[in-house]
Amino acid sequence: MLGLSKKDTTFLLIVMFLTLATPILLQPFPEASALAQFNAGYPDLMQRFAIFGIFAIGFNILFGLTGYLSFGHAAFLGVGSYSVVWMYKLLSYNVLPGLILAVIVSGLFALLIGYISLRRSGIYFSILTLAFAQMSFNLAYSVLTPLTNGETGLQVYTDDPQVLMDAASPTSPHFFGIVMNDVSKLDVGGWQFTFSNGYYFCAIIAIVVFYLSMRIFRSPFGIMLRAIKTNQTRMNYTGLNPRPYTLAAFVISGMYAGLAGGLLAAMDPLAGAERMQWTASGEVVLMTILGGAGTLMGPVLGAGFIKYFENIFSKINDNILHAWFSALPDGLEDAIVFLLHPFIGKGWHLTLGLLFMLVVIFLPGGLIEGGTRIWNAASGKNRKKKQDHADHHPKPSAHVN
Amino acid sequence: MHPARGFIDAGFTMDAIILQILNGLDKGSAYALIALGLTLIFGTLGVVNFAHGALFMLGSFCAVTLQKILSLSFTVEDPSQKDFLGNPLKVDTPYIVSWFGDATGNAILNWSVPLAILFAIPVMLLVGYVMERGLIKHFYKRPHADQILVTFGLAIVIQEIVKYFYGANPIPTPAPDAFRGSVDFGVLIGFAQNEIIYPYWRLVYFLFSALIISAVFAFLRFTTFGMVVRAGMADRETVGLLGINIDKRFTIMFGIAAAVAGLAGVMYAPINSPNYHMGMDFLVLSFVVVVVGGMGSLPGAVLAGFLLGILESFASMNEVKSLIPGIDQIIIYLVAIIILLTRPRGLMGRKGVMEE
Amino acid sequence: MSKFQMNRRTLIKSGTAIGAGLALPTIFTSSARAYLNEPKGGTVTLGFNVPQTGPYADEGLDELRAQELAVQHLNGEGDGGMLNTFSSKALKGNGILGKKVQFVSGDTQTKSDAARASAKSMIEKDGAIMINGGSSSGVAVAVQGLCQEAGVIFMAGLTHSNDTTGKDRKANGFRHFFNAYMSGAALAPVLAKAYGTDRRAYHLTADYTWGWTQQESIATATEAMGWETVNNVLTPLASTDFSSYIAPVLNSGADVLILNHYGGNMVNSLTNAVQFGLRDKMVNGKQFEIIVPLYSELMAAGAGANVRGVYGSMNWNWQLQDEGSKAFVKSFGEKYGRPPSNSAHTCYVQTLLYADACERAGTFDPCGVVEALEGFEFDGMGNGPTLYRADDHQCFKDVLVMKGADNPTNEYDTLEIVEVTPRAQVEYAPDHPMFAGGELGKCNSGA
Repeated sequence: MLGLSKKDTTFLLIVMFLTLATPILLQPFPEASALAQFNAGYPDLMQRFAIFGIFAIGFNILFGLTGYLSFGHAAFLGVGSYSVVWMYKLLSYNVLPGLILAVIVSGLFALLIGYISLRRSGIYFSILTLAFAQMSFNLAYSVLTPLTNGETGLQVYTDDPQVLMDAASPTSPHFFGIVMNDVSKLDVGGWQFTFSNGYYFCAIIAIVVFYLSMRIFRSPFGIMLRAIKTNQTRMNYTGLNPRPYTLAAFVISGMYAGLAGGLLAAMDPLAGAERMQWTASGEVVLMTILGGAGTLMGPVLGAGFIKYFENIFSKINDNILHAWFSALPDGLEDAIVFLLHPFIGKGWHLTLGLLFMLVVIFLPGGLIEGGTRIWNAASGKNRKKKQDHADHHPKPSAHVN
Repeated sequence: MHPARGFIDAGFTMDAIILQILNGLDKGSAYALIALGLTLIFGTLGVVNFAHGALFMLGSFCAVTLQKILSLSFTVEDPSQKDFLGNPLKVDTPYIVSWFGDATGNAILNWSVPLAILFAIPVMLLVGYVMERGLIKHFYKRPHADQILVTFGLAIVIQEIVKYFYGANPIPTPAPDAFRGSVDFGVLIGFAQNEIIYPYWRLVYFLFSALIISAVFAFLRFTTFGMVVRAGMADRETVGLLGINIDKRFTIMFGIAAAVAGLAGVMYAPINSPNYHMGMDFLVLSFVVVVVGGMGSLPGAVLAGFLLGILESFASMNEVKSLIPGIDQIIIYLVAIIILLTRPRGLMGRKGVMEE
Repeated sequence: MSKFQMNRRTLIKSGTAIGAGLALPTIFTSSARAYLNEPKGGTVTLGFNVPQTGPYADEGLDELRAQELAVQHLNGEGDGGMLNTFSSKALKGNGILGKKVQFVSGDTQTKSDAARASAKSMIEKDGAIMINGGSSSGVAVAVQGLCQEAGVIFMAGLTHSNDTTGKDRKANGFRHFFNAYMSGAALAPVLAKAYGTDRRAYHLTADYTWGWTQQESIATATEAMGWETVNNVLTPLASTDFSSYIAPVLNSGADVLILNHYGGNMVNSLTNAVQFGLRDKMVNGKQFEIIVPLYSELMAAGAGANVRGVYGSMNWNWQLQDEGSKAFVKSFGEKYGRPPSNSAHTCYVQTLLYADACERAGTFDPCGVVEALEGFEFDGMGNGPTLYRADDHQCFKDVLVMKGADNPTNEYDTLEIVEVTPRAQVEYAPDHPMFAGGELGKCNSGA
């Protein structure tokens, strides 16, 4: 159906179901329980899951499939956001013109950067993208302030033209009248679920984008990309020119990033320059690796994992730890809280860094690989497919999930 | 009107230019030292080390730590003075002062930054050793992307650990009193009085870094160990085939590179108060420097460091900024991009290295 | 490719399914509520959005300490602090409107994006009804806009730019902290008296909205006293090394350097300026002077001895001797062992002012709170008689002119008070050009 194999269609349907049911699945704890702060089902976080999932899926096409590590994708995220906010300022709060502009502009920007950067590969390519990202950030932060409003961030002011707006138009981002900020809450028993228009808008786009990436993975184009990752020199010898393919992959991933940036501004009409720092690119690299580079679901899982950590885990503080371990004898409880203290709350960056290192060292395939190993161990299947190590050529083939 | 007159009227007077050159050499010293370490690691071990900025930061914090250790005090309540709440004031007296007496004790505290050099060398060597044996060793054969990622993660972890212990505020570490203030540099090169004034400590930093760079080059050139390392940089496999145990030497090289970065950090502490984030700030620029100089070329890294420092200094002059606004923000990256495209092996890299 | 059967039956079936799906949200529209996050039950939640990581983390943590203290005092614990000296006696120490006060905290990281995300999370997930805190004007403007859109009250923390209650003012936002114009108006006469009226000033300005408004304010104020502004150089916000910007000052003919820098920028630029020997120079027959219009005592600690003799302004300082200040210093000092900073003070006062406004209005509804705060005159909070002006939601009160102390006895009195500028001297009309271009709009209760 729709050009996918039966297995893939089932997979897509499962993903669709999970995405649409997210507001329910992420609120497992009743409101009144002590664990309620681990609920992740509020609109802002769910929207971020979807948006950074889109970002990570796009990045995965470049890094997971093609093998090029780019540190510059945050620039496209920023460009997408600025485009959408400019459309708010010029036309109206309808998100559609902004999103279309975001994809086009970031695609063009990616074409420019990709054309220059892809003349080199490997570490040189990474550093080129790094230089471009920092340059774009500096330009957006200090130099091009009429366009980007620098440190304060681009916002809509009362004296903006907004030509397409009239008295009846909503004064916050909307999609042809469906306002993004509107929520509906549902109370069932002790649980509370929040259904947000904004989340569903992002979720539907995420599903479409996921479907596209699936098609790319399975297509001849995707196989070409994997060939480039495996051994580019050999590909050259067979007479194929990798350049158009890598450029296409770069532009596609740039457009995904622009779309994600545009959606960020569609949910919250402010575009800050910090979105373009190279450390924001580092974040998406973390997400892809953590989840599993080169797999379909991996980057999305990685994005969700990191966003969850950032928002929920960082809110745990000593009081909460004491509440958890209150069953233990006092001395032991204090000792455990003391040991865990540097790793929670504000120190969650430390936990994230350690986790990242562990994943890169021991589990290069990310969470997906971890999950597969556990599944194999649990189901007792004796999979012959061994884990390729990078020091054996050819480079490891992507896990096809 | 003589054309030079217009140039000078625009602000490009001789002393302004010399001042900016001095500034550039000073900035360039830090870049050159970090890039030197990076190139050593990349050239000998073939590892891209994104944690190098963190090593620089650790060096600065060695200076901070020594200052804190030397300032460890015992508290005595002095009822003759009051604190802000009206309670007797608690007076801190450093142990050093009470053991060695006022004069010597305070002198030791004063010279804590240069003393930190002695403290930092073993600490950084140890850190480098542990890093290499514990982590880097396993990544020699992994692709560069993996090396970047794991060292990036390590940099974040080191940064966070430092932040946990020292807080997020910059911690002032002043230079010794003898070197505070500025020297009338202009007089030394024949200018009128008070034309070119430059801070003492920055000149000291420049001389210090020149010293270290020369030491490293001398080491590589005039010792057997250095000869083996240079051979290993040229062709690692053959060196192994010749029966020389290159592994142990790699560990020592990593330690030395870490120590170089650490020393750069120690002496930099008085210039800009150390804070946990300074590593990341220097990292991007250092990589750009290494790439411009030519990955694997030591003279190239040093040269590129100084050149880019001077370039950055000139670009921040008002006169230049009025011609091209915002140039100081992007000049280094522009130069890097142009060099990467036209001469990918960098200024002094070997032909054929990483040119694909 | 599978065949897609299209006939009337499938169309009706799928049509009803889609229609039901689209209609789903409206079926579950929650019961009508008067305003967003109306506190039901026995507690009310306040959101404290402060920088816990990043360059202003120390200030943010001090703000959080003060906010925790305020919540304690509101709930009737501790010694009551400024509640005892506050001129309005509406608060009784049993929470707000009888509901116990709880709080949640978030990390702004001093980035607009992260601050908005954190505020959103506190509003949507934790049900916060007021947001307070912050250490940067860019962030304050961003969060103020968010609170206006969402429908909660924003009580600003440390924000000094004119724009927060000028170009970017919002009906749901309130600022107690003073602004750049007030700094200029307070500093200029003191500077003229100390340094004379025949001075030439070189400005180094952080290149973002706060820097620009700060520079504009101090330049206008000093020029009115007869000073000449030789040059104004914009420095990138992310700079750590200002040597290239200091060097041209030496030959510019200026004899005063005005550093429109805050936080880390101020520490580095002041340190660099002193390193280059600017303080020891004589230019035009006069001693070269440096001025830092906005001081933060926590960041001044990072500059060490370099602040000696440098003038600046502050919103409040623990060394004030009025009843309110002494009560607050005692409370804070006994709990935390150190005197409070001025950012801690402003957050503490803002929390109390919000609680008091709710009590007087009899409701937590943002529109009711706005009405209660507009035009509110109060005293006993450490700055003398204060007015919350209705036209722009800005507090008007006395301003402190500070100077780096020559002989600090401990780490807390590195700055000394030179003058307490009376409120009348720093007032301006609501339509002053430096504050023009914005309008409050209508209050938004998020209904």
